[in-house]
Formats: sequence, structure tokens, C-alpha cells
Amino acid sequence: MFRKKKEKVELVEKKSQGLWRKCEKCEQIIYNQEWEQRYRVCPNCNYHFRLTAMERIQLLIDPMTFEEQDREIYPVDALSFKYLDTTYKEKLKEAQEKTGQNDGIIIGKGNIYEYPIEIGVMDFEFLGGSMGSVVGEKIKKAVFYAIKYKIPLVLVATSGGARMQEGMLSLMQMAKTSAAVAKLEQYKLPFIMILTNPTTGGVSASFAMLGDIIMAEPGALVGFAGPRVIEQTIKQKLPAGFQSSEFQLEHGFVDMIVERKNLKQTLFNILDYLYDW
Amino acid sequence: MVLEFEKGIHEIEEKIKALKEKDKFPDFDKQLELLESKYHAEIEKVYSELNPWKITQIARHLDRPTFLDYINMIGTDFVEIHGDRNIGDDQAMITGMMKIDEEKFFIIGQQKGKTMEEAKKRNFGMPNPEGYKKALRVMKMADKFNRPILTFINTQGAFPGIEAEERGQGEAIARNLREMAKLRVPVVATVIGEGGSGGALGIGVANMVFMLKYSVYSVISPEGCASILWRDSTKASEAAKALKITADDLLKLGLIDGIIDEPLGAAHRYPEQTAQNLKNKLLETTKELARMSRNKLMDRRIDKFLNMGKFSEKPLK
Repeated sequence: MFRKKKEKVELVEKKSQGLWRKCEKCEQIIYNQEWEQRYRVCPNCNYHFRLTAMERIQLLIDPMTFEEQDREIYPVDALSFKYLDTTYKEKLKEAQEKTGQNDGIIIGKGNIYEYPIEIGVMDFEFLGGSMGSVVGEKIKKAVFYAIKYKIPLVLVATSGGARMQEGMLSLMQMAKTSAAVAKLEQYKLPFIMILTNPTTGGVSASFAMLGDIIMAEPGALVGFAGPRVIEQTIKQKLPAGFQSSEFQLEHGFVDMIVERKNLKQTLFNILDYLYDW
Repeated sequence: MVLEFEKGIHEIEEKIKALKEKDKFPDFDKQLELLESKYHAEIEKVYSELNPWKITQIARHLDRPTFLDYINMIGTDFVEIHGDRNIGDDQAMITGMMKIDEEKFFIIGQQKGKTMEEAKKRNFGMPNPEGYKKALRVMKMADKFNRPILTFINTQGAFPGIEAEERGQGEAIARNLREMAKLRVPVVATVIGEGGSGGALGIGVANMVFMLKYSVYSVISPEGCASILWRDSTKASEAAKALKITADDLLKLGLIDGIIDEPLGAAHRYPEQTAQNLKNKLLETTKELARMSRNKLMDRRIDKFLNMGKFSEKPLK
């Protein structure tokens, strides 16, 4: 029972001011209204602009059905991490002010074409989508909610990797989120991963590569080691398109590349194959 | 190889060596005794002044015992198992079976290589995806035949290269993290030198995780962290301190389960004593774990990692 897309999604917080904007990628002048209508995709080069976690939820979840869970989990500066003239604590406060979020992920329950799913969405605006203890804990909680309500789990990744300022606590979130996926497997509930630009480092070496189905947005950077680190190691320039979603598809590490405008419908179609609500 | 802060120790060591090569003379014993007491005093002084960056240098010392050295020192009847049955046989990751005091184990570890020639062959201990896949194949075999698994971590990290990305370095590590969580046999991991990020963790999801006293385990190398956060890779010493990468710090944070002692002067000076401590700890721990049922071993391991992390129910002040 594949449903037809019913509603046009309105991304709440209109970023467009004025009639025109310049594409971050191709630098063409594009018409703001068209850009919004295309869910913030450049009509000229198909560049998928970043969405905040809340915008992504608006895109994927039926209006008025999203219930956020465990908002009250806050990060701590467990190592009292200081560098240059700043501290992790200060950086956290800045990021909290900038995004209105407590940390780099939102989890909750919501409907996709009237059927409930558990969803977790990372936010690149919060310290580069880095994974620290809060992100790990909320992914664990999302897994537990999926198990509790017997519903599918969808996670949307965007991350530069582990959050250095939490030291080894952040590395262990890789093991934690992967152990959570191992737990979810026991209940035979679908786990769909959506990779968005960028998904690298520790996140790409843990839960993000463990979905039953892995979808990626076009042109996203997806890879383990950062391109600069690789270039320094092998002392040569990387070919164009290296570590793109398309590269990962070609090498067998993602199942499909899905344009943002088709994302909700495709996600629903896949869930429908894997799961009977 | 002599570390800058060990120069004083090294000088006395050289003097002792030179003296011992001489024929005995009337004052010989007295002089030797004097030198040896100076030597111990110097070691004590230097080792009481260690900091995380100095410990990192000890952990990376070229004379520090490698995985193969420990196999020789603590095990017998080692049988190497080769290849991931797909791409090849990653020389940076060694897998196999060995006995310790007649107890049978499956063993997995990264091998850095001591000479330039061996280091090249071993890709400086940085595994490719096929290394993680080989490790997983061997771990699943251990699970099938119900034998405990010992892993030995010593790597700067998983190799950052073109082929590694093409063959899915991230996926290979991710799969190991999930599959190791599900093993139903005792798994004990020990950081014997450098525990470098995801490349280390890829064989590190264990019931018990130990570190040798002068080893380090970090989410990113101090140099890498310094170049990103300090925008200056020469600030590695500060980054090493901030990251909390020593055995003592990680035990306090509850991220490892114990520290295996090394004599003052460290494993590169006292390999045999260190190996003995390692052996005792591994035997004692696996014996203890063997009392648990197969399901309990898995459940405990999963729960242990599910509980890692520090956060609060209250906002930052």
C-alpha cells in the first residue's frame, strides 16, 4: 500500500530573506521560492543544502504528530576540557544558544503517512554534528523506544565524527550505539539509516553503517577518514567525487541514493516492505 | 632509540654496561653497586615525573614489546590463521590460536613492527578493512568452538587510504563493534601500546578491557587533536593532557576495567616482568569469566557498553 505524497512540506523556519540567493556549491544565483519549494535543493546543480534536525523532522514526519522524547538530557564537560582561550563548556553554551538545542540530536516518535516510527535526527549546526555522550545516550534511548513500542527505527546522520572534547567517552559512543543496534536486532524491527552531508569519522564507523537499509542524499560526503587526513597520509590529491554518496553506492556501502524530494515517500515504501504495522 | 627524558637513565645504563665488560678490579663491586643505586634513583625520579605526553612516547617506543613478542613470552603452540576469505591477509592484524599454561585461546592483535622492514610489511600496525574482517572471522570461529578470545591493541588507528575507503573501512569497524557485542564467549582486550581511536576499538569491545600501565588509549592522536583544536600540531603535549588518555585517567572515568602493572622503567626495559603480569591477569580474568553462561557473557558485554557516557538531567551552569 504505497501511499502517494499527500502534503507539501513547509520547512518552518524560512531562511530565505529577499528574492534571491547564491548557491553554496555552484555559486549560481537561484530564486529563493524555488529553492524552498525544492526542500532547499539548488535547482541548478542539485546541491542539497543542510537542514537542521527540526527541519529534517518536518520533512519526514506528518505535521503535528512528532513528540520529542528525552529532551532533558544535557551534556557535561566531564574532562574539564580546556584549549586555547576557551573550554568545552563554553563551546557547548555557544552551540546551545545558536541552535536552541541541548546537544546534537533530537529523538522522538512520529507518524510517516499515518504510521508511527521512532526517529532520531542529528544536527550539524551543533558542534559539527559531533557524537558525544548525549548523542550516544539518545540513540540508545531511541532504540529502546522502538523496542518498547514495537515500531521501526529511522536515524538521520550528519556528523564530522566523535566529539574530541569528551575524549574517550566519545569514542565509546561508537561501541555504545553499535551495541544498541545489536540489541535492536534481537527484536527484528527495521532500522533504516539516512546519510546526509557529511557523515564521516566515528559515526560512519558505527551505527550509521549498520542500517538494514542505508539511504544517502545525493552528493553527500560519506567516508571514514577525512579527505585531508588521507591526502596527508598518501601524499597525493584525491580524485573528484571520492567519498561521495555515489562513490559509496558504487562500492557497495549504501543501498540507494534518494533525492530529498523523494525521501519521505521512499522511506515509507521501504518500511512497508520490511514491516507490518 | 632513546627518549629525550630517558637520557639520564640511558647514560647510567651505558656506564653499567661498560663496567660489566671490564675485568674485575679491586673496587669493582662497590662501583657497580653505586651505579646501580644511581640507576634506580634516576628511574624513580624520571618515572615519578611522567605526564600524559611522555607516557604516549613510552607507549610508542620502538623497543616496546609488540603483540608477537608477547605471544612468544606468554604463550606456546601458536598457530597463525591467515586471511579474511575475501580480499587478502592483512599483515597489520595478526590472528590465531595459542595456549597459555595449557589453556586454549583465540588471539587477535595489531602488529606495528620493530624494524623499518617489518614496519612496512605491517603497514605500521594500521589495519585495512580486511584486517577487521579477518579478526571478525576468527572471533566468530572462537564463538563457534566456545573458546575465549584475547585481543591485543596497538595501533595509531585504522589506515586512512584510498583502498581502505573503497573497501569500506567504516563499515568494517562498525560491523566488528556490533558483532563483538554479540559474542557468547569471554572476550578480554588489552591495550599494550597505543590505542588509536576507532581502529583500536574495532577489536576492543570486550567483557574486560585492560591497559598496560604505560599505554594510552585515545579518540584521536594528541598531534591530530592539537592541530584541530589548537591549530598547532606541536601542542600535542597539551592535547595529550586534556584528552585523558592514560590508564590511570581512563580507569577513573570507568572506561577500562583494570591496569596491568609495568615495572618502573617500563616494558621496553623489563619485557619479561611485564609479560608475566599480563599473563597472570589474562588467566585470572578468563577463568573468572568462564563461570558465566554464554548468554550472560553477551548480555553483560552489551549492557556494559550501553552504560558508557557522562551526561546530566540538568542544564550546564
